[in-house]
Amino acid sequence: MGKILMKGNEAIGEAAIRAGCLNYFAYPITPQSEVAEYLSHRLPEIGGVFLQGESEVAVGYMLFGAAGCGARVFTTSSSPGVSLMSEAISYLAGAQLPAVFVNIMRGGPGLGGILPSQGDYFQATKGGGHGDYHLLVMAPASVQEAAEMVMRAFPLAEKYRNPVMILGDGLIGQMMEPVEFPEHLKSEPSNKDAWATNGMGTRQSGKRNLVKSLFLDALELNNNNLVLKEKYTRMKREEIRYEKYNMDSDYRMFIVSFGTMSRVCRTAIDSLKEEGIEVGMIRPQTLFPFPEEAVFAAASKSGCTMALSIEMNMGQMVEDVERCVHGKCPVEWFGKCGGEVPTPEEIMDVVKGFLAQSR
Amino acid sequence: MGKTFQRPESLTEVDTHYCPGCTHGIAHRLIAEVIDELGIVGRTVGIAPVGCAVLAYNYFTFDFQEAAHGRAPAMATGIKRVRPDLMVFTYQGDGDLASIGMGEIIHAANRGEKFTTIFINNAVYGMTGGQMAPTTMPGQRTTTSPLGRDVNDVGMPIQMAELLSSLKTPAYITRQTIIKPKYVVKAKKAIKTAFEYQLEGRCFSFVELVSTCPTNWGLTPVEAVKWAEETLLPYYRLGEFKNPGHAEGRGGSDAK
Repeated sequence: MGKILMKGNEAIGEAAIRAGCLNYFAYPITPQSEVAEYLSHRLPEIGGVFLQGESEVAVGYMLFGAAGCGARVFTTSSSPGVSLMSEAISYLAGAQLPAVFVNIMRGGPGLGGILPSQGDYFQATKGGGHGDYHLLVMAPASVQEAAEMVMRAFPLAEKYRNPVMILGDGLIGQMMEPVEFPEHLKSEPSNKDAWATNGMGTRQSGKRNLVKSLFLDALELNNNNLVLKEKYTRMKREEIRYEKYNMDSDYRMFIVSFGTMSRVCRTAIDSLKEEGIEVGMIRPQTLFPFPEEAVFAAASKSGCTMALSIEMNMGQMVEDVERCVHGKCPVEWFGKCGGEVPTPEEIMDVVKGFLAQSR
Repeated sequence: MGKTFQRPESLTEVDTHYCPGCTHGIAHRLIAEVIDELGIVGRTVGIAPVGCAVLAYNYFTFDFQEAAHGRAPAMATGIKRVRPDLMVFTYQGDGDLASIGMGEIIHAANRGEKFTTIFINNAVYGMTGGQMAPTTMPGQRTTTSPLGRDVNDVGMPIQMAELLSSLKTPAYITRQTIIKPKYVVKAKKAIKTAFEYQLEGRCFSFVELVSTCPTNWGLTPVEAVKWAEETLLPYYRLGEFKNPGHAEGRGGSDAK
């Protein structure tokens, strides 16, 4: 199949279907409602489940119920909606259920705005809901990558029995770009009979299954959370993905940027290069697990005098960059929010300004 | 001569944690008996609430999910939409269902989701220690209404069966009680009817069971039954409120 021109939100919906996910529950919210609109006709025509829930709170638990009986299931939302789903996400993580959430971020806090943002970095990578858990978080920088990440998200959610989040921004959802859907990804053989409430009469073992996140005994809860921790450690070993740009150059500064923002940074880096200024970039494709070693190695390279985190927020990922640079070089931040995306020219000026200071 | 009475196979042999005089055990048993009679234990999924029945899954032998407070109807929706062949019921108390979970139950009922809700109404929060519920009676003292429920301040108790019956979507909605043996047979019949309607894929089904909570009412089990009969039953009228097989508006028909 060749490339087709698609809006990001529609490509996300189509990618889920092609990943074998035929169950979608959602609540409308700008700027991602096109996913629901697309799937409201696409899923019924192939015998799938489409349901518009009464709230994001309820939708989160519709995913819980469906995932709990072993079905592949996903939803899409945007920042305020994801806040409401965060309760269920915590329960899903605690009960070790696989499900895929897509957050097409808009500005916050509160009602914020409807324009693109990366303001939910903390929410996605550091919790969002209560308790000791993490999501596997992937950040696409194009419609093509959004489709690929959605397709990869399902086998990953099932591999870890943990919710996976695709963290895009309003631009990824609203932009039209050519997209070519990859081949259906193979999943690991399902062991869901060991845990899913799919009716004990259908299982060889004849044993009943229990899906829960309640562990009243202190030791039992501690042990459950140790199992979760081991999964997050395994994610750090096996799932970190990132892209390097101009990192083979003799850069004095490297940028860390993800999603839409990284594409603007790439343009700025190309223009700076033409002026004889070498700047590298690390683009995390997974935000959790974060490319810790890559950032440390970039900061450790001789000649590197600064790391610059550029984000469409007021400085969130910069805390992870600081953590990973581990004092090897100063870490600065630049960003904007409210929907204004910094231009390549602005980034070039900021880079030049910081480099002048560090001279 | 064969056995005439035994523990339902759908109940485990675990002793429950419920207080003396609590009616949860009766409700559990009725559900288990109906599941045995219908022969559906292999395809039943229960959903336990937050509240005193949070550990209900320990007392049943089949698949169970444990819900967040009030969210059981959304979970049941998720299960039934992807696995309509499963028999799914939520088991919820009045704090769980009529307060924090009001949105979920109303919309699940209005969509006509094909699952069953067993609603235990004992007019008080149990597990958290006897606080006022949306179902607490006027003047009823609780740990958060020490002078009695003031209806000028917090409104009248919510009648869930009546409220859900006002929805236009077809459903089976009934209120029964299990506070005395004479009511129990009818309650069991209602649960069976609810499960049968679900198995036929017919409609949402809702069985409210007026129950006792001697501990949080500050009464002995015997006093609690008397109080429930004299105070709760006149307000929470028993009977079938809605039945897809009948004309509408029979609310409280067998309340005498």
